[in-house]
Amino acid sequence: MSSVIIVILVTLGTLFVLLSAIGLVRMPDTYMRISVNTKAATLGVGLILVGTAVFFNDLSTTSRALVIILFVFLTAPVSAHLIGRASYFMGVKLWKGSVMDDLRGKYQKNSHVLKSEIDDTPRNNVDHSRSEDDIVK
Amino acid sequence: MTLTDYLYYIILPILAFSVLLIVYRFIKGPSIADKIIALDVLITTGIGIIGVYSIIHGRSTFLDTAMILALIAFLSTVAFSYYLEKRNRKK
Repeated sequence: MSSVIIVILVTLGTLFVLLSAIGLVRMPDTYMRISVNTKAATLGVGLILVGTAVFFNDLSTTSRALVIILFVFLTAPVSAHLIGRASYFMGVKLWKGSVMDDLRGKYQKNSHVLKSEIDDTPRNNVDHSRSEDDIVK
Repeated sequence: MTLTDYLYYIILPILAFSVLLIVYRFIKGPSIADKIIALDVLITTGIGIIGVYSIIHGRSTFLDTAMILALIAFLSTVAFSYYLEKRNRKK
């Protein structure tokens, strides 16, 4: 009975990991790749580790697996936010089919301060819809 | 087909194939942010492979390695993004 549960959990987790790998190759944009991998790969690894905990059926192993799951679930959004912010400052362009960019012109280029509205100093704003040459002119 | 055979002949090849796909993005990645994301997902997939291996061999001590790998993945991503952001900040 427990082996059936293990097979279901591990198979679901493996499918999620495979889907996140396919999404990493197929997605057109850095930000979409971040979005795919934070959700799918984390859920897949969590399911595989729950299967491990069911297999050993032991207090020490279960607590170890739960600690790994908790740690991965806590740190994946933090690292995704940090790398998304860094890539936005680096000037990684959005996909050309993207509908809207809420951060357009709101990050200050030198001080990295986020403002709540677009102010009248376009030279200092991070704006991916214009190239660097337009701002210099 | 026992549980060990199923994990060994079906689950591990699928995980290995997904590792190959992630390595393709790690080598190709247009910007350095893509490479950092691919490295993060590579380590996360490695944690899953370690979990499957610990079921196959029946040894729960492999999970300690998985815990250390999770720590290293988070630390490396935070450090890379910190220095990438700092590199672009002009005084």
